[in-house]
Amino acid sequence: MDGLAHQLIAGIATGGIYASVALALVVIYQATHHINFAQGAMATFSTYIAYMLIQAEVPYWAAFFATVALSFIIGVLIERILLRPMHNAPVLTHVGIFIGLLLAISDLCGWLFDYTVKSFPTPFDAGGPMLGGLISGHELGSTAVTLSMLILIYLFFRHTSLGLATRAAAYNPVSSRLVGIRVGWMLAVGWGLAAAIGAVAGMMIAPVVFLEPNMMLGILLYAFAGALLGGIDNPGGAVLGGFAVGIIENLGGAYLVGTELKLTLALIIIIGVLLIRPNGLFGRVLVSRV
Amino acid sequence: MTALLEAKGLTAGYDQTAVLHGLDFVVEEGGITTLLGANGAGKTTTLRAICGMIRTGGEIRFGAERIDGRATEDIVRRGIAHVPDGRGTFMEMTVEENFRLGAYIRRDPEVAADFERMFAYFPRLKQRYRQQAGTLSGGEQQMLAIARALLLRPRLLLLDEPSFGLAPLVVQEIFGIMQRIREKQGVSILLVEQNANLALELADRAYLLETGRIVIAGPAAEIRQDEAIRRSYLGY
Repeated sequence: MDGLAHQLIAGIATGGIYASVALALVVIYQATHHINFAQGAMATFSTYIAYMLIQAEVPYWAAFFATVALSFIIGVLIERILLRPMHNAPVLTHVGIFIGLLLAISDLCGWLFDYTVKSFPTPFDAGGPMLGGLISGHELGSTAVTLSMLILIYLFFRHTSLGLATRAAAYNPVSSRLVGIRVGWMLAVGWGLAAAIGAVAGMMIAPVVFLEPNMMLGILLYAFAGALLGGIDNPGGAVLGGFAVGIIENLGGAYLVGTELKLTLALIIIIGVLLIRPNGLFGRVLVSRV
Repeated sequence: MTALLEAKGLTAGYDQTAVLHGLDFVVEEGGITTLLGANGAGKTTTLRAICGMIRTGGEIRFGAERIDGRATEDIVRRGIAHVPDGRGTFMEMTVEENFRLGAYIRRDPEVAADFERMFAYFPRLKQRYRQQAGTLSGGEQQMLAIARALLLRPRLLLLDEPSFGLAPLVVQEIFGIMQRIREKQGVSILLVEQNANLALELADRAYLLETGRIVIAGPAAEIRQDEAIRRSYLGY
C-alpha cells in the first residue's frame, strides 16, 4: 500500500513537469496551430543557462529567476526572428523550422556545454524524505513550484488585460487587429511565456534526470501525450492531462510494463487519444450560431 | 460640414484581381454616409481598404493625416472602428471579455461608464454578459459587434451590412439604435448596405458603387426621390 501511495505521489510530482511542458505546447499551438517540437530543447538550453549561473556562484533562486527572464526573452526573439517572416508559410515550413530548431538548439547545447551528463542542484534537498518517507524534499518542492507557476499563468490569462489580448490574438487575429491589439507582439509574448514555462520545468526535472543535451526528449513525449489527452486547444485540459500522464506513467511503470517500457505508455496514450477522441477529454467543441 | 475621411483615386484588390478602380468619396464629420451597390460591387473591399486590411493605391485621409499603407491596428488606434461582415467578435469568449477587448486600447477612467452606456443601448447584452459570444442569436451577435466597436470610442464607425441575415424586426431595432448612437455619441458612420431603402432612410449622403466605380453620389434624400436611379440601380 505504501508502495502504491509513493508511486502515486511521485506520479503527481513528475506530472507537474509534464503539465508545465504540455501547457507550453498548448500556448504555442493556439498561436500557430503547430506542435513546437523544439519545446524540450529550448527548456534544456534554459536549464544550461541556470547551470552556468549556478557554477558562477550565483545563488540558486537568483539564477532561477534570471533564467526564467532570459528564457522569456529568447522565446520572444525566436518568434520575432524565425517565425515572423514565415507567418503565411505552409504547414511543412513550420514543421521544418521546429525540427531545425530542435536540432540546432540540441547541438548548440552539446557544443557549448559538451555532452557529458551533469548533476543539477535542487534547492529542496535539505529536508530529506517527508510525510513518513512517501515523498522526497525535491518532489514536494518541485510540485509546489510547478503548481504555483500554473496558477500564476492561469491568473495571467484570465484576469489581466495583456493575458486576454494574448488569448484573443491566438484565437482570432483579424478581430484582434480591429480592436487595436498588436497581434505580432502578442504571438511573441506567447513564445516568451512558453519558453519561460519550459525553463521552470527543465530546472525542476534536471536534478532527477540529470542534465544533458537530450534531457527533455522523453519528457516532451509525455507532455505531448498529456496535452493530447487533455485537449491540445485547452490549456486547463492539457495541464490535467499532464498530471494524468505522470500518474499513469508511474503506476504503469511500477505495476504493468516495467521501467524499460514506460515511454511506450506515452505512445499508447497518443495513439489511443487520436483514434478514440481526437479532441482530447476536455477539448472544446465550439458552439456557434450564425 | 468638414470631411472626416476622404479617399482620392482609391484602388484595391486581392492578389492579381483589382476590385476598386479609383474611388473618390468623403465621409462627413457627424454624418451617416452610405455605400450602396450590388453583390461584388466592391463595398466590403472599400471598408477593408480603409482599415488597411488589404493593399491599396491612391490616398486615404483621416482628419489631417494620411492613413493608407498603415497597419490595421494603427488605423484602429487613430479612431476608426470596423464592424466587418462576419461581425468581428470573439466567438470563443464571453460577452464580458468581448467588452473588455473592445476597450483594450483605452486607458481612460470612463470605460466602466461606457460599458453601462452599451447596456442601455443593448439591454439584452447585459442579460448575456457571462455567456459565450458564440451562443448568442444572430441579432445579439450583431449588437455585440457594434457595442465592441463603439467601446473603442471611435470617431468613425464602419458598418458592413449590419442587416445581413437578420429578421426585419431585429434590423429595425438595430437601425433605431444606430440613429440614437449618431445623435448621442457624435460618431460618424460609413454604412455599407444591400438594403438600399433602409440605408437611404438613415443616411445623409450616399454613394452608389458599380463594379468598383462610383456611378452616383449625392444627398441620400435626393437619391431616394429619383425614380430612375431607384429602378435601374436599387431595384425597388
